[in-house]
Amino acid sequence: DGSDDNEEGSAVENEENAKGTDKGKKRATPRTRRAHARGRDRHGDEDDEDDEGGMRRAGPRRHRSRRRGRAAGNEASDSDMEHTKARKNQANQESKENDEEDEDEKGGKSGKGKNEKKGDKKSDKKGKKEKANKKKKDKKKSGSGSDSESEEEPITEEELAKLKEEVEEKKKLIATLRNKPWKMKKKLSVLKYGLISIMNPLLILILFNTFCASLDKITSKDQLICLSITSHVFTGHFGSSVASYFIFLRWMYGINMILFGLTFGLVMVPEALMGKPYGSLPRKTVPRAEEATAMNFATLWDFSGFAQYSVLFYGYYNNQRTIGWLKFRMPLSYFLVGVGSIGYSFMIVTRTMAKNANDDGGGDDTSFNFSWKMFTSWDYLIGNPETADNKFASITTSFKEAIVEEQESRKEENIHLTRFLRVLANFLALCTLAGSGYLIFFVVRRSQQFALEGLENYGWWERNEVNTVMSLLGMFCPTLFDVISSLENYHPRIALRWQLGRIFALFLGNLYTFIIALMDEINLKARYFLPFTMFDRLLGNIEALQSATDISLEEEKIVKYNMTIWEASLYNGTIPENSTAPPIQVDPADVPRGPCWETMVGQEFVRLTVSDMMTTYITILIGDFLRAVFVRFFNYCWCWDLEYGFPSYSEFDISGNVLGLIFNQGMIWMGSFYAPCLPAINVFRLHTSMYLQCWAVMCCNVPQERVFKASRSNNFYMAMLLFILFLSTLPAVYTIVSIPPSFDCGPFSGKTRMYEVISETLEHDFPSWFGKVFGYASNPGLILPFILLMVLSLYYLNATSKSYKEANLELKKKLQSVRIENYCF
Amino acid sequence: GSAQGSGAMGGSASLIPRDLLGEYQELTFLSKQEILLAYKRFSELLPKEERENACSTRVPKSQILTLPELRANPFQQRICHVFSTSETEDDSMSFEDFLDMLSVFSDSATSDIKSYYAFRIFDFDNDGILDRKDLEQLVNCLTGQGEGSRLSSEEMEQLIQNILEESDIDKDGTINLAEFQHVVSRSPDF
Repeated sequence: DGSDDNEEGSAVENEENAKGTDKGKKRATPRTRRAHARGRDRHGDEDDEDDEGGMRRAGPRRHRSRRRGRAAGNEASDSDMEHTKARKNQANQESKENDEEDEDEKGGKSGKGKNEKKGDKKSDKKGKKEKANKKKKDKKKSGSGSDSESEEEPITEEELAKLKEEVEEKKKLIATLRNKPWKMKKKLSVLKYGLISIMNPLLILILFNTFCASLDKITSKDQLICLSITSHVFTGHFGSSVASYFIFLRWMYGINMILFGLTFGLVMVPEALMGKPYGSLPRKTVPRAEEATAMNFATLWDFSGFAQYSVLFYGYYNNQRTIGWLKFRMPLSYFLVGVGSIGYSFMIVTRTMAKNANDDGGGDDTSFNFSWKMFTSWDYLIGNPETADNKFASITTSFKEAIVEEQESRKEENIHLTRFLRVLANFLALCTLAGSGYLIFFVVRRSQQFALEGLENYGWWERNEVNTVMSLLGMFCPTLFDVISSLENYHPRIALRWQLGRIFALFLGNLYTFIIALMDEINLKARYFLPFTMFDRLLGNIEALQSATDISLEEEKIVKYNMTIWEASLYNGTIPENSTAPPIQVDPADVPRGPCWETMVGQEFVRLTVSDMMTTYITILIGDFLRAVFVRFFNYCWCWDLEYGFPSYSEFDISGNVLGLIFNQGMIWMGSFYAPCLPAINVFRLHTSMYLQCWAVMCCNVPQERVFKASRSNNFYMAMLLFILFLSTLPAVYTIVSIPPSFDCGPFSGKTRMYEVISETLEHDFPSWFGKVFGYASNPGLILPFILLMVLSLYYLNATSKSYKEANLELKKKLQSVRIENYCF
Repeated sequence: GSAQGSGAMGGSASLIPRDLLGEYQELTFLSKQEILLAYKRFSELLPKEERENACSTRVPKSQILTLPELRANPFQQRICHVFSTSETEDDSMSFEDFLDMLSVFSDSATSDIKSYYAFRIFDFDNDGILDRKDLEQLVNCLTGQGEGSRLSSEEMEQLIQNILEESDIDKDGTINLAEFQHVVSRSPDF
């Protein structure tokens, strides 16, 4: 890949050097600079005009060079100039002839064709113009060619206009050549005659543009060049639906990079550089009791010990208002980064949804069902015979299905049958959901009973019953949904959405049932977070937060009381009111600590992410790779055909992977306020799993049975992502607004609420009138009308968008009828 | 979609003449990097001794069909035929034909030019219109070569009937280029 870029770069450079005209230009520049200085004064303002400036400059320069008849380089362009006029007319004629030929070829219906071509011409011309303008702007910035254009001698206006016109025609011609369905030879011959006349300025622009484009490719933001190449490879093998999963993954990676940048740059680095160092404060030191094991690998893997008392977690941060010589406001920064990353995520998800909605156009049009199946169903990205066979099969099936459905839709009664079947399927799905919810409820109650009687009396099953049941449900219910969906007879894409929606509902339903059943138990065991699958923990932690903080408030009082007693013991029993005794130096490691629930929560999320990462790797290695190895090598000595029967190679399950990705991101959003290191860990996780899954897909997976092309709109996934984002930010918002922060750790210690850092900043750092204004603005009397106004504007925008859609449809219909009219006459 | 290289980065092959590269880039929807890649792939199809003047040599159809992107494509024969400018009608392709093909299949090609070539590819008897025989052959191509995957004659009849109902505006029993472009331009998947 690198060699390609180098080659192209050198090719471009060689091109630039090899051209006689260019060489001439390069040589000409120093000499003409003085001349340009003179000319510039006279025509300075003209030079700066953006629009036709390039062409204008070209004209006079050519003119000047013709008059002066300079060195070798310019002579070359000179001779070209002489050929120009003659050839220009010839080329014009030729192209006109060619156009006419072509239209006659098409036979009869040229009217439409011409209109379309004109449209293309216009848009291409615009595109070219914009390109040319952009190039010119770049050139101006780089300053390389800008000096070489300015006139020295005055030229008449009409000559200028004529030259401009000729150049425009040439541009038009070249812009449309791509769109002409001619063979390369023909295009080349037309181009040669047309191109020479404007070779000088246009070629420079073209070369510069391609050079810039090649630079772009070399230094592109997409560092994963490997991935962009391989996406072509496995698109060939799997069709474009798998590629769409990886594109989604890459997009998530981008978001996580930004979040990482925010938390790392604005929270972790300032504290590490400018905050008080490790060991200076009790909250920053490992307690004496834990010191012995603080450096063990096991402790570090569990994110306690030294990892806990570091910038990675909430508890380390000091509540000083400003730190360091820069007067960096740490608590404010922490708060704003937390809120800002959530805001940024909302914004970017909504923006992507809006963009996808635009691409969608007017929505689904079913007017050409059969024709589209016929003409557009083949996926030209497929390069693998195996996939091609699957595709053939799926096309045949879809034809047959469409024919059958068409026949059945002509018989009236079968619509009702389909509807009935679909209602039945939904009913069955609801039953499954209800059943699994009840099962979880039942199991949780049972485990509470076991806990009351003491867990030692029971074996492994009873201890891990809840875990296992939830995992088993998570494994088997989706298959059940798959079977149910065969009743419904939908298009594969729609069936996939129903499937995803049902799985989503299953997981959420399980979680909520679990939480409700567990509320009492959590209150008893606030500190002991039972290890479940990630989905359970996702919402389990919300409740745990609440109960944990209730407990910690109690504890707080107890600890504070203990600390005063401890201090008193240091003074040997006496606490004089106005003591002037020197403060006794105590090692921070020995000071008794208060509870720090935020760090605990942060640790939980980090452990969850890490264990999830491990699970993914192990599943891929064992479930995909080892299975593939086993099937490949043991197939010879096994009774039945391993490749076609059980277990065979594993398929790449797109929906499962996408759901996993979305739920993981939800965890990150939830936990990054309490553990600033979480985005960093997630970036690492996404990076490695991207490559690992890429490799696994190519090496161990087989294409899916039903291959269908994923259309551009991923709005379904985006909608799920948005929902999870909303759900994940609720806990953080709740804690910011209603729960008092721990008194002994974190940047907000000592305040009654976390958001008070804002009011504190307003008091100290802004002029007093600002605070007053803010106070007035946050008055409920002002906020409520504002909310009302937003609701009204939402309604208005919704109404206008509906009317636009309707107008759009009307126009489409009109277009159709106009086309038909044109056609018939 | 684009029929780009599947990562087969060979060693340093000789480059295209500089002036030609610029012209190709102007005349096709491919970037210079893509053209160079295409050149590499094309020259790999030739035997070693002919690689030096790959620009002017013609590659026989059998060689072109070994490309992975065409190997599995049911329209491979038609594609070669449509893009070939061979005077001897043997469907061999020169480098310029190859570039033409890649340009039409690239992502940045306009829908008009794609639909024009698609029409020509689907027009099996080269008569400028898609009549029943063409449509039948098209369906047979799409359903593959296996015995069980072909449609029965009633299904075929029904299918072609439906298609003509949908797309044949002037009701002459055939689909011409304009009707084809009309249908295909409305499709979200094209």
